[in-house]
Amino acid sequence: MSLIKRKPQRRVAVIGAGLSLFMRRALDTGKELAYYAASQALQTAGIRLKDIQAVVMATAPDAFDGVHMKGEWLLDGAGGVGKPYLRAYVGGGSGVFSIISGWMMVASGLFDLVLVVAEEKMSSCQPHPQGAFLTIFDHTIERPLGPNLLWIFSLEQQRYMAAYGIRNEDIALVSVKNKHNALAHPAAQVAAHLTVKDILDSDVVAWPVHRLMVSPISDGAAAVVLASEQVARRLSDRPIWIQGVGWCLDTSYWGNRDLAYPRYVEKAAWMAYEMAGVTEPRKQIHVAEPYDPFAYKELHHLEGLQLADRGQAPEDLARGRFDRTGELPSCPSGGLMGVGNPIAAAGLMKICELFWQLRREAGARQVPGNPERGVAQAWGDLMQIGTVAVLGVR
Amino acid sequence: MARTRAKPATARAPAPPYVPLRGHPLNEEEFRGQVGSTTWVPRLEYAWDAGVAISRFLDGLREGKIYGVRCRRCGRTVTPPRAFCELDFKPMDEWIELRDTGTINTFSICYVTWDMKPLRVPQIPAVIEIDGTSPRVGFLHLVGGVRGRTVTEIRRQVRVGLPVRAVWKPPAKREGAITDILHFEPVRKRANR
Amino acid sequence: MTRKSITNVSQARVWRGTMPVQYLYTAGVAGERFFQTLRRKGVFAVTTCAECQVTYLPPRLYCERCFADLSGAWAEVAPSGRVHTYTVVHEDQDGRPLDPPQVVAFVRIDGTSGGLIGRLLHLRPQDVQVEMPVDAVLAPPRRRRGGMDDITGFAPRRVLPRRRTP
Repeated sequence: MSLIKRKPQRRVAVIGAGLSLFMRRALDTGKELAYYAASQALQTAGIRLKDIQAVVMATAPDAFDGVHMKGEWLLDGAGGVGKPYLRAYVGGGSGVFSIISGWMMVASGLFDLVLVVAEEKMSSCQPHPQGAFLTIFDHTIERPLGPNLLWIFSLEQQRYMAAYGIRNEDIALVSVKNKHNALAHPAAQVAAHLTVKDILDSDVVAWPVHRLMVSPISDGAAAVVLASEQVARRLSDRPIWIQGVGWCLDTSYWGNRDLAYPRYVEKAAWMAYEMAGVTEPRKQIHVAEPYDPFAYKELHHLEGLQLADRGQAPEDLARGRFDRTGELPSCPSGGLMGVGNPIAAAGLMKICELFWQLRREAGARQVPGNPERGVAQAWGDLMQIGTVAVLGVR
Repeated sequence: MARTRAKPATARAPAPPYVPLRGHPLNEEEFRGQVGSTTWVPRLEYAWDAGVAISRFLDGLREGKIYGVRCRRCGRTVTPPRAFCELDFKPMDEWIELRDTGTINTFSICYVTWDMKPLRVPQIPAVIEIDGTSPRVGFLHLVGGVRGRTVTEIRRQVRVGLPVRAVWKPPAKREGAITDILHFEPVRKRANR
Repeated sequence: MTRKSITNVSQARVWRGTMPVQYLYTAGVAGERFFQTLRRKGVFAVTTCAECQVTYLPPRLYCERCFADLSGAWAEVAPSGRVHTYTVVHEDQDGRPLDPPQVVAFVRIDGTSGGLIGRLLHLRPQDVQVEMPVDAVLAPPRRRRGGMDDITGFAPRRVLPRRRTP
């Protein structure tokens, strides 16, 4: 059965992208961060705010910034004053969901130019943003056990390792690769040249997860400008097309899922691939930006995205397949592990990276060859959503 | 009072975006010393309803029993119980008393609290699949009755697929709470019971 | 997390818990300059978008209408204005009576497109009028910490001698 009813009529392109720095603690307010990214996206698209017809803002729980209804609070920094404005929110999946939401606005014919902004300022939350995260655990049957957010990730990683006989050394290599890739990213917060030994010598926070296998707490913003085909061709000589989008949520009873394999990511990916006309992802996808808030997640997601066999992503990684110069570069940006993890902004940063990579403008980060199609993916809510976007040069 | 010392940082590498990125990173000291910074300590207190299915589950725990429910449509047996099957959208009202034994689906050994303070004695959270439930229907609890504190010591005794048994609070101390089960401990042979 | 023991089985079960969070908000780049200026000089720092003819108070780094960068468009204005609207508050946040009642106003600051909320001081509720001119009453310079508390409130211009503009 087809995952989509019919292909959308109108094509949608990304014509501009912008970022703020990603930082552990920013002086700048969330609005100011949003402005930096949004104004840069407009500038690179060669348009002004008055040209924008609608704005999508993605930002994760209000409790991080400590501002209730922060979508509305961020309005002016996102350029949404006096315009149709939508907050897109599916937890960690929000960054890629923002472009899906913007795509719907343009593909539907409602608007021709939409600004998509994502922001997070997690440093406000004291003593640790986990205080807000804790409420994702069920109040009656989980929170009395004294849970810690790291639990669900370490439990999932352990199941993944146990199911396929994966060693922690294989997973630590994700941290090494991404932190190294991020050395060439101007927004990067935690870029470093490290070895597998450095990663495994860092403290065990929740075995099998070591401290350097966890992305940092970050403040930052990202933005892109979306345009309809007609407008994109007029404004840009190198529009990057959104060829397909997909998203899917699995059950909220996370203990009832197969923790070794994200089948909801697979469903979301096939929805996007089907729309994009991709039948053989490993041949037709040339660059990938899977979501990597924890080291193992990149591997998990590469498998869900059909870019590696189940349980084989670690082996592919070890033989260099996902290196920037490898057969299928994965997280050439440096990802969340290297650039940083301002939740929603981190997901949209991945879209920005595809935009630059596919335009062959990525400079020191540019993947070799002529990449024509890329996939970006984010993940979140209660470890249950996959949000996927396929972008390409035509 | 610290002054605003943060200088706008700019791009470090010759890579896009070619326009300099903006932002004013602060170190911890600057962050806490900024003149205009304000603090807020909200009192966020909630009273959450346990709901129909979980209330009955909690009553069972007080009696030392683990209840599950079965979907009449898909036949799935799950615990903790829920009022409806989220896959079939049908009531899950066939109640079943389950055994208090199960299997470790996955586990972790956690050395930090939620606010990243070190724990000397680690917690061992696990997803437990209770015997008699459908495949891959687990729930979060803790593993206990394990000697040692290091990863190596604990991994020698706890593994994925290990049979476990609930260790209950004494009946007089039970409150109708998930914590009426203190933890699950490894069992040598299931035939023992 | 605290727990409530259930004594009556027929009783609806309620679980009590908290969200253990606190916040430390930075004032931002524009906000920091606003508070520094208030603390040191006793005046309000503002930013102006010449094209849209808007003067932002509280100041902003950018114009929300045209997205112009205002990080170089700073000016200072005297802390005085007019009562744009007001309310008389008879109860505090927890519903306890306030005696005497507080008058809280939104004050449009002269020479700007914005304003601030503050208490009206030195006058009875029945004497407040919309559009009446008021001056900010600031904490003494040495006691200012660079926050909204540096503004004690606003008082009618006829009661206090008019502040010298800087």
